Amino acid sequence: MAFITNIPLFSIVLCLLCSVVSSVLPEKAARRVSLSLCAVIAIGSGTLLWYMIATGTPVTYLMGHYPHPWGNELYFGILEPLLGCLFSLVMALCLLGGKKQLSADLEDGKRHFYYIMCDLVLVALLALTYTNDLFTGYVFIEICTISSCGLLMIRQIGRTTLASIRYMIFSLVGSGLFMLGVILLYAITGHLLMPNLKESIAELWEGGQYRTVLISAMCLITVGLAIKSGLFPFHFWMPDTYGYATPASGGILSGLVSKGYIFFLLRVIFRVFGTSVFYQSGVSHVLYGFGAVGIVVGSISAMREKDVFRMIAYSSAAQIGYIYMGIGLSPHLGVLAAVFHILTHAITKPSLFLAAAQISDAANGTERGAWHGMAHRNRMAGLAFAVSAFSMIGIPLTMGFVSKYRFAVAAFESTRLIVPTLTVLAVSTILNAWYFMRVVIRLYEPPKTDADSAPVHNGASYTVAAIAFLAVNITLGVAAEPLVHLLERSISLL
Amino acid sequence: MAEFFGRLWESRIAVAAVVLFAVGFVTLLLHRNLLKKIIGLNIMDTAAYLLLTSLGYIEDRLSPIIRNGDVDPSHYVNPLPAGLVLTGIVVSVSVTAVMLALTVRLYRRYHSLNLDEIYATAQKEHGV
Amino acid sequence: MKRKNLLERFREWDEDRFDLTAMTAGELHRKEPVKVQKSPIPDRPVERLAEGETRAFRRIFPVLAAVLGVVMITFLLMTVVDLPPFGAADVPSDNEVVRRYVADGMRETGAVNVVAGVILDYRAFDTLGESHVLYTALTAVLILLLSAGEPSAKKDVGSELLHRDGIVTMTASVLVPIVILFGVYIILNGHLGPGGGFSGGAVIGAGLILYAIAFGSSRMERILNLRSFRVICLVALCFYSLSKCYSFFCGANGLHTVFSPGVPGRILSAGLILPLNIAVGTVVACTMYGLYSLFQRGRI
Repeated sequence: MAFITNIPLFSIVLCLLCSVVSSVLPEKAARRVSLSLCAVIAIGSGTLLWYMIATGTPVTYLMGHYPHPWGNELYFGILEPLLGCLFSLVMALCLLGGKKQLSADLEDGKRHFYYIMCDLVLVALLALTYTNDLFTGYVFIEICTISSCGLLMIRQIGRTTLASIRYMIFSLVGSGLFMLGVILLYAITGHLLMPNLKESIAELWEGGQYRTVLISAMCLITVGLAIKSGLFPFHFWMPDTYGYATPASGGILSGLVSKGYIFFLLRVIFRVFGTSVFYQSGVSHVLYGFGAVGIVVGSISAMREKDVFRMIAYSSAAQIGYIYMGIGLSPHLGVLAAVFHILTHAITKPSLFLAAAQISDAANGTERGAWHGMAHRNRMAGLAFAVSAFSMIGIPLTMGFVSKYRFAVAAFESTRLIVPTLTVLAVSTILNAWYFMRVVIRLYEPPKTDADSAPVHNGASYTVAAIAFLAVNITLGVAAEPLVHLLERSISLL
Repeated sequence: MAEFFGRLWESRIAVAAVVLFAVGFVTLLLHRNLLKKIIGLNIMDTAAYLLLTSLGYIEDRLSPIIRNGDVDPSHYVNPLPAGLVLTGIVVSVSVTAVMLALTVRLYRRYHSLNLDEIYATAQKEHGV
Repeated sequence: MKRKNLLERFREWDEDRFDLTAMTAGELHRKEPVKVQKSPIPDRPVERLAEGETRAFRRIFPVLAAVLGVVMITFLLMTVVDLPPFGAADVPSDNEVVRRYVADGMRETGAVNVVAGVILDYRAFDTLGESHVLYTALTAVLILLLSAGEPSAKKDVGSELLHRDGIVTMTASVLVPIVILFGVYIILNGHLGPGGGFSGGAVIGAGLILYAIAFGSSRMERILNLRSFRVICLVALCFYSLSKCYSFFCGANGLHTVFSPGVPGRILSAGLILPLNIAVGTVVACTMYGLYSLFQRGRI
C-alpha cells in the first residue's frame, strides 16, 4: 500500500490534535494554527487526489488491524479527497474573508474557542467524507452538530443564542431519526460497515424479507440527514442561523456543514442501500418532490425578505432543494448534477456572505434599502457580490450556469420528470434573478452625494479571499468539462 | 389481529422503545418549554438505547466477560450493542450539557423558558 | 394553601404555570430591566411572529402533537412487529462479527471484558470520536457560560452555606475518598471486568463535585483551575489521538505494534486498552467537574 494513502488518517488526527492544542493557545496563535491546518490538509488532499486520479482504484483503509465487518475503516475514491480539499480551502477563505467581522463579533477571552470549533467542524466533515462505517458517521455527525452550533453561538447577542437553540433542536431531531434508522438496519443485518450492509440489504431486498423495516430505516436515515441539511419543509432554522451568525460562520455553516451531511447521505445511498434498492423503494421520489417544492418555496421566501443576509439564507434553502432534486432524479446524471451543485454552492455562498458583510459595514445597514450605490464605495465587495449573485442565478461563464445546465441534462434521463424539472428550473431561475438582480442593481446605482462614493478600505485578507472565490468560480464556470468528466469517473467509484 | 398483537408481545421491549421514542420526539419538536424539550430529547435518546440494548440480549446467556477461559460464542450475549450504547450515552450527555447551557443563557437574557415568550421579547427589544 | 391533587399539579406543570422565577436566586429576578447589548454590526430586523400567530399555534399545539405522535407511533409499531423477536438466539445480529469478537477477542486484544476490547480496539475510531464529542461539548459550554472578570462572591452562595453545614462536611469527608477510589478501580479494571474509562471517569467526576459542594469551590480551585484543567485535557486527549494514530497506522500498513496483548487477566495486559482507559477516565472526570463548575458559578 502506498504511503500516500495514509493522508486521510493523518489529516483527521492532525485536526483533532490542533483542536486540542488550540485550547491553550492565545487567539492569534490559534488562528494561525487553524489557517495552516486548512492549508496542510488542502495540500495533502490535493496530493491524494492526484494519486487517486492516476491509479483510479478506490482504497479501503483499515483503522486498526481488523478488516470489515469487524473493525472501523475508511474508504476513498476520487470524490472524497476532492471534497476534503474543497472543505479545507473554503474554510480557510472564510476565516480570511471574515476576519474584520470576527474581531468585532467575538468576545474578548473567548476568541480562541472559535478556532477550536473550526478545527472540530473540519475534522467532522473529513470523517463524514471518508468513513466506511455507519456508526462512526453518527458520532461525527454529533461532533459536527455541536461544533457548528458553537460557531453560531459564539457571537453572543440574544438572537444568535435563540437561533442556535432552534438550530440545535432541529439538528437533534435529525440525528435522533438517523440513529434510529441505523439501529433498525443493525437489527436486521447485524452489520455496521458499509460494504457488509450493502450486501445484506441487497440480499434481504431480493428475498423480500423485512421489507417494512428496510423501507422505514431508509426513510429515517434520509429524513434525519435531510432535516440536518435543511431540506424543505425543515428549512425554518436557516434564515436565523445563517443570517445572524458572524459572516465567516455563515459561510462555513451554509457552504460546508450542510454539504457534509448531504455528501454523507449520498455515500449512504451508494454504499449502504445501493442505488438499485434506493431508487426502487420510492424514497427517491419523495426527495425529488420535497427538493422541487423547496426550490420554489425558498426562492419565494427570499423574495419577501428585505434583509440581505436573510435573503441569502433563504436562497440557501432553495439551493439545497436543487441538490436533493438532483439526487432524487436519477443515480447517474442527477447525482452528477447534484455533486456539481454541491461544489458550486460551497464556493458561491460563502463568497456572497462575506461580500454582504463588507458592504453592510460600509452601508451601515443590512437592509437592501441602505445599499444604494455601495458598489462604488467598496468596489471589491460589490464585484464579488455581483459575480456570486450571477452564479446563483445561473448566468453563463459562472459555475451556477454549469450546474443548472447539468440539471437540465439530467432531466432528460427520465421521461416522466422532464416537464416538472424544467419548469422548476425555469421558475426558480426567474425568481433568483428577480431577488438577486434587485440587490445588484441597487448596488450599482450612481451615488447620490460625493460622501457616498468615498472608497472604503477592505483589508488584504478579505481581498485575497474574494479574489480566490471569484477566480475559482469563473475558472470552473468557463472550463467545466474536465471537472465534469472527473466527477463522472468519481461517482462510478462511490 | 391476534397475530399482530402476538408479534407485538414478542418484541415488547422494542414496542416500548418506539413508543417512548415517539413521545420524546414530539416533546422535543413541539413543546414550547425549553426544559421540557430537553427532557424530551433525553427520553428520545434513552428509547433508542433501549431498543439497541434489547437487540443484543439473548436468553439464557451470560454477559460478555470471558469466564474461566471459555470463549464459546454461544455462551455470551452480543457485546457490540453494549459498546454502541456506551458511545451513544456519552454523545447524549454532551448534547444535553450544551442544550442546558444554551437554556441558561436564554433565561438570563430573556427571563423566560417559554420559546414563544422569548420570541415575543426578542421582537419587542429589536423592533421590526 | 389548599392541597392540589396530582392531576391538577401535572396540568399546571404541563401548562407552564409554575413560577420558576420565584424559585431562583434574586439576581435573576424578573423585575430587573432587560439590558440591550449593542452589537458592533448594526442590528438586523427580526422575523415578525405576530401575536395572533403564536396564540393560534398554542391552540392547535395539543392537536398537532397528538396527531404527530400517533402517526409516528403507528409507523414505528408497523416497523417493529417485523423485527426479529426479543431474546431469540438465531437473530441476524448474532453473526460472524459477534462470533469473532467473543471467540478471538481475548486472544487478539488481551481484554477479558469483550466490550472493552470491541470499543477500544476493533472499533477504536468510534471511541476516538466519542471522547472528542465530550471535548467539543465542554468547549461549547465554556463559550456560553464562562464569565469574564473577577468572580463574584454572590454566585457561590449555595455551596458556602453548605460548607458551614457539619453533616455535609462530615459525610463528604468520609465518602469522597471512597467514591474516588472506586472510580479509579473501575478505570483500572476496565479490561478485566465491567467498567472502563467512561463509567469510572463519571464516578470520579461525581466525587470531585461532592468535594466541591462540601468544602467550597475555592478549595477545589487550588487543585483544579482552568489552567490545570486545560493542561490535563490536552495531555490526555493528545496521548489518546497519537497512540491511536500509531496503532491505526500500523494496522493499515501491516506493521506490528509494540503493544502486545500480554497475558489476559493480568492488570498490566491488553496493550493500549489500559492506558487509553486512563486517558479517557481523566478526560471524563475533568469534563464532569468542569460542567458542574461552569453551570454553578460560570468558571472552573
